[in-house]
Amino acid sequence: MSDSPAIVHEADHHEHPAYLRHHFESVEQQADTTNFAMWLFLLTEVMFFGGLFTAYLIYRNWYYQAFVAGSHQLSILWGTLNTGVLISSSFTMAMGVWCAETRRRQGLVLSLVITFVLGLVFLGIKSIEYSEKIEKHHVPGFHYSLQSFLDPDSDEAAKAAGDKPLPLDVARHTEVYFSLYFAMTGMHALHMIIGIAILGYMIFRAQAGAYTTGHVTFVENFGLYWHFVDIIWIFLFPLLYLISRHA
Amino acid sequence: MSSTIVSLPDQSTARIPKVNYLTKENGLLSWLLTGDHKRIAILYLISITFFFFIGGALAGLIRLELLTPQADLMATDTYNKVFTMHGVIMIFFFLVPSVPATLGNFLIPLMIGAKDLALPKINLLSWYLYLAGGTLALYTMMTGGVDTGWTFTTPLSTHYLNTNVLTTGLAVFIAGFSSIFTGLNFIVTIHKMRCPGMTWFRLPLFVWAHYAASILMVLGTPVLAIAIVLVALERTIGIGVFDPTKGGDPLLFQHLFWFYSHPAVYIMILPGMGVISETISTFSRKRVFGYTAVAFSSVAIAVFGFFVWAHHMFIMGISNYAMLVFSLLTMLVAVPSAIKIFNWTFTLYKGSITFETPMLYSFGFMGLFTIGGLTGVFLGTSGTDIHLTETYFIVAHFHFVMVGGMLMAFLAGIHFWWPKMTGRMYPEKISQLAAVVTFIGFNFTFFPQFILGTLGMPRRYAAYPPEFQILNVFSTAGASILGVGYLLPVIYLVWSLKYGEIAGSNPWQATGLEWQIQSPPLTENFVVTPIMDHEAYDYDWLEKKKEKEVVTSVG
Repeated sequence: MSDSPAIVHEADHHEHPAYLRHHFESVEQQADTTNFAMWLFLLTEVMFFGGLFTAYLIYRNWYYQAFVAGSHQLSILWGTLNTGVLISSSFTMAMGVWCAETRRRQGLVLSLVITFVLGLVFLGIKSIEYSEKIEKHHVPGFHYSLQSFLDPDSDEAAKAAGDKPLPLDVARHTEVYFSLYFAMTGMHALHMIIGIAILGYMIFRAQAGAYTTGHVTFVENFGLYWHFVDIIWIFLFPLLYLISRHA
Repeated sequence: MSSTIVSLPDQSTARIPKVNYLTKENGLLSWLLTGDHKRIAILYLISITFFFFIGGALAGLIRLELLTPQADLMATDTYNKVFTMHGVIMIFFFLVPSVPATLGNFLIPLMIGAKDLALPKINLLSWYLYLAGGTLALYTMMTGGVDTGWTFTTPLSTHYLNTNVLTTGLAVFIAGFSSIFTGLNFIVTIHKMRCPGMTWFRLPLFVWAHYAASILMVLGTPVLAIAIVLVALERTIGIGVFDPTKGGDPLLFQHLFWFYSHPAVYIMILPGMGVISETISTFSRKRVFGYTAVAFSSVAIAVFGFFVWAHHMFIMGISNYAMLVFSLLTMLVAVPSAIKIFNWTFTLYKGSITFETPMLYSFGFMGLFTIGGLTGVFLGTSGTDIHLTETYFIVAHFHFVMVGGMLMAFLAGIHFWWPKMTGRMYPEKISQLAAVVTFIGFNFTFFPQFILGTLGMPRRYAAYPPEFQILNVFSTAGASILGVGYLLPVIYLVWSLKYGEIAGSNPWQATGLEWQIQSPPLTENFVVTPIMDHEAYDYDWLEKKKEKEVVTSVG
């Protein structure tokens, strides 16, 4: 092995921080690589939700009237509130990343705790909304009820929105709307639950002083995930709640 | 076959290096908790072989049933379960992970001069997910099976069947994550872990092919995941996304499913094409003709592959215009595939060709894949497709591509890199025999099915009109030969682990970085980070390097 291939000696490297995994040359390469992997993972998530958005696009075009009537059953108040909660949690998450980068341990723990709580608040509000649907038999399946759409006067939400009674064949398609509503918000909520679980683990670790020693990749990448889940909601909110509410 | 390029070290003095990735640590836990891409590749190789033989046994049952026109070996609904499980296991638990998870896992870091894949823990996780999915699939098979066909077609799967659709769906869902993680790991590794001097156009074509396949895994698999989730929700709570009685459309399921499952065909074939590029070059001692064209044709297949899915749905009521467009796109995807075949052929031209086992398998690949690919063009023509779809012509077509193509490539690759993985050679003569037996058995099994298809024998039935029997007997007889062809390698490869000749670091005199280090490699692959200072497949460079080494060792 005289001169080809030429040789880079590893012995003359500086001391490695403990978190540098053995197969990387430098901390920068490691951070760069894991970051790139996270973005790719988010791309797979885009494709995952993309299937649902495609279904939504098709059925909303086919069954616009039913989708409008269905959307009137959602509470814009709760929806807006939840949007606010989620955007705030994204802000506190970003603060957390910043605290980790600037090595502020208490700030990091505080930001993560607030994010955690806001995540739980979101799920709490979501469960209130779900229970309303369950009470009105708007969960698709055997017990699905068309009453709110065939006879809007019997239903407060429909009445408030000024809905006219829908013919039976149109009203039946509200079930597709609620199918998509539950599939989309349900998948989103599942991502929130996973995120909150990871947050819990991070709070625990952050208290012990992890992430504030200069190795912030994990916090940074989790931040990306959290913002992604947030963005999904930013799309879901107008698509599901505000169908007929444009000028 | 008198000449050979094999150059082995003197067997009387040669030893397997004492320190290598196999001997570095011992004990079951050192394997089960390993982060080493080479060990994970071996774990994958063992589990994939296991699932291959389960799937193969099911294929044997199918062929046995079809020996006679009546449904006499098993009840018709059992037959449905058998071909479903054959499809599910072979596709999701053998073909999709076959070359990438074993050879790709083992070789990509070696080929690009890295110490490991970028995400070793994710790599191990992907194996555990594969195993979890596979175990669940076996469990569903034991507890009653599933009879939807591997395509989970709605509303059959959501409304009409009382078999284990949910658990099988879950198994495929889990295996899908394993595939996503493998693809993601490859893309990140190829982008970020290349050694100094290893530019994109110095990468071996094996790496390019895996890069293209990884794009498909990462972008396609999540769509399958959501399709399965929706089927599960429809079966359990009864949401109406695919249910026509509620206003849903079963065709949407077909779109979502084939948006993954057509690109999945390229996930299954591209890595195999990567193997062929390596073997063809090595055994004709020439740089691959039109390197850049072959590299880009992989990417082109990946890109076009995403826009042809509706050719699986020509008889399902898509519009005539959609049929026209998808028909055209399907034919376009034949272009990059043809580029590869032509370029390999030109590589052979005036090369100094030798006929070691990997080369025999590669020739098998080229012939059979060409037949499989060209019949794909027949089927892409909408008129012909409407006549031939749902017949044995389809079955023959995709088996030519998958079994004749990918499985041949897999075996070519396993033989080619066996000395690198184990440090020992496989026995040459018997393995050449196995390659020939496989080729003959394959043609006997599947060529009659083309004829059966054109005569109109439908697929997925346990019984058929008596006039088709003679060709079915041919096919079943061929399957028995094929079975022998697949059993042989298992036997002699295991034998070679102990009794094979010591291979030395570069038995084929090949140029890739993986051949310039000891076999089996060290855990960290390279003692020093290599610097790539020449093009891929540069045999002159190898000659010069050898001369210098001789001089140094004498001096």
